[in-house]
Amino acid sequence: MQTKVENNKAWFLVMPVFLIVAFSAIIPLMTVVNYSVQDIFDPYTRYFVGTEWFKQVMLDSRLHEALLRQFIYSFTILIIEVPLGICVALMMPTKGRGASLALILVAIPLLIPWNVVGTIWQIFGRADIGLFGAFMSSIGVDYNYASDPTDAWLTVVLMDVWHWTPLVALLCYSGLRAIPEVYYQAARIDQASRWAVFRYIQLPKLTNVLIIGVLLRFMDSFMIYTEPFVLTGGGPGSSTTFLSQSLVQQAIGQFDLGPAAAFSLVYFLIILLVCWVFYTTIMNMQKDK
Amino acid sequence: MASITLNALAHTYTDNPTKPEDYAIREMSHVWEQGGAFALLGPSGCGKSTLLNIISGLLKPSNGEVLFDGKRVNELKPEERNIAQVFQFPVVYDTMTVFDNLAFPLRNIGVPEYKVKSKVYEVAEILELSDQLKRKAKGLSADQKQKVSMGRGLVRDDVSAILFDEPLTVIDPQLKWKLRRKLKQIHEQFNITMVYVTHDQLEASTFADKIAVMYNGQIVQFGTPRELFEKPAHTFVGYFIGSPGMNFFEAELKSNGEEKAALMFGEHEISVSDAMLARLKAMGANKVTLGIRPEFVHVWEGKNDDAFSVNVDYVEDLGTYKILSFMFHGQVMKARLSEDQKVPSGQIYVSFPEQWTKVYVDEYLVDVDGQPDTADQNKETDHAN
Repeated sequence: MQTKVENNKAWFLVMPVFLIVAFSAIIPLMTVVNYSVQDIFDPYTRYFVGTEWFKQVMLDSRLHEALLRQFIYSFTILIIEVPLGICVALMMPTKGRGASLALILVAIPLLIPWNVVGTIWQIFGRADIGLFGAFMSSIGVDYNYASDPTDAWLTVVLMDVWHWTPLVALLCYSGLRAIPEVYYQAARIDQASRWAVFRYIQLPKLTNVLIIGVLLRFMDSFMIYTEPFVLTGGGPGSSTTFLSQSLVQQAIGQFDLGPAAAFSLVYFLIILLVCWVFYTTIMNMQKDK
Repeated sequence: MASITLNALAHTYTDNPTKPEDYAIREMSHVWEQGGAFALLGPSGCGKSTLLNIISGLLKPSNGEVLFDGKRVNELKPEERNIAQVFQFPVVYDTMTVFDNLAFPLRNIGVPEYKVKSKVYEVAEILELSDQLKRKAKGLSADQKQKVSMGRGLVRDDVSAILFDEPLTVIDPQLKWKLRRKLKQIHEQFNITMVYVTHDQLEASTFADKIAVMYNGQIVQFGTPRELFEKPAHTFVGYFIGSPGMNFFEAELKSNGEEKAALMFGEHEISVSDAMLARLKAMGANKVTLGIRPEFVHVWEGKNDDAFSVNVDYVEDLGTYKILSFMFHGQVMKARLSEDQKVPSGQIYVSFPEQWTKVYVDEYLVDVDGQPDTADQNKETDHAN
């Protein structure tokens, strides 16, 4: 004899989660999937094309170049921003009014909208009216981000470093503040050098915030669009055209929605894959032998 | 290895100290002799840790000096004082192996690797960590981590002293006992001056040869566990040491002209030695505090000339012994009953043996047993034994 009432009412309790996830992620993504496997002319005229768009995207040499550029760019800014952010965090005062002041000063670039950042650097880098550009030409460097690919790259990287190093710095600063004073005391008693304190106390305790920092910076920089678009428009030539800009050109400029959708999915998978590889590697490194 | 001397030491965390309460450490002079095992015992917030950090150099005292073997070390940083300190929460370097953790202090001062190796193996052997040496320190249990922190203090040959700041707080009770024995063993083996801060009297008395009891930023007594028990120099020591603490009650010195003086608790006369009465009279002390340990209160079954008649309040059975609470002139007092004693009820008779009835004026013991009396000296500074 069964006394326990069995039904599936509990499923209703998780419905809100399903709904939210559906609206926030699955449905928009499905639209993209939809476009990536069909050739759509209008809502009533569409043809299933299978993997054709994907094949086309995979073989597109323009996209290959953009992808390579994108990787170089992301790794360049990570290599600069992470150590620089740690250094800034280490140098920030920890107590009193100086600490609050430093926090505000460091946070300022983070508060500026992307397109404004692009505009600022566009003017800042001009040799005729910009401080940076004028300074470069006054010390005899032939600097012009609008015509020289190297200068354009330099400016885009510099801009990102200026804009986003504060994020890494603030994350590290919070990580450093969370280290109990007793670790530093023990290190002093053990006669540890400044470097040893950094290497064996601060850096290990920063690992977690650094993982977050690196992942955030990787994802953001890998999807960067507004700032280089405003600053260089992807030029000169296509020297600073990164993935998202190529995507926009394809989707909106040429209205090739099918290949653009396929490209979006590949793009998404690349980010997911890189993050996963990075995260797993770090986690494995931390494990006890 | 060194003796540690504190000379007119005081410390405050405020900028403009005006009253004694502003000081975390009130002016004190004290000597920890070379090679001793000492405990610094006191309640939370009495300044124990402050004192320890001053000795190790993590804190700079506001007044006075710290001397190692007679040499002033105030200006030396902790890393220059050659001291080891074990903290309440175990500090290990997570990413290093146990071996590297133990080797860390040696490598920092540039000891050649073959010496590092032999020393680390030796210390690991003593601490029973030999089979853990290759493990990452992160995965260790709390007691093993604490052993590693202790080990980092032991690897250096030349440490002046090892300071322990409540090192067993986070350790399981069964392991506490083991680690404490280990410490004792290490002390015997290395003959290093050790100062052990704790708020646990049992920990203090099992570890230390001599205990300094701290209260309100002062060392109120420095003596063997037995001295602290039998002859508390301050009412706080009586209250803090022992379980339950000393019974205290206020008495009045009454003397009518030429007549012999007497100590009165209400209408009861409490017997103390004539020398004591003379002494109190000379000091001009009218109000005194009397203290007697529950262990020394004599409980009689029948009426007795010296005994006072009191009413039993209740009896607590603590397993191996019983604590009797009774009302004496409106005040609850406790007596510890011996194992074979019958448990009384209703009206009983108690007496306070003269020898164990201690007299306190202004919280300090008045001593007439030939030793210099502590009440005078203790007012300003702690007596340096």
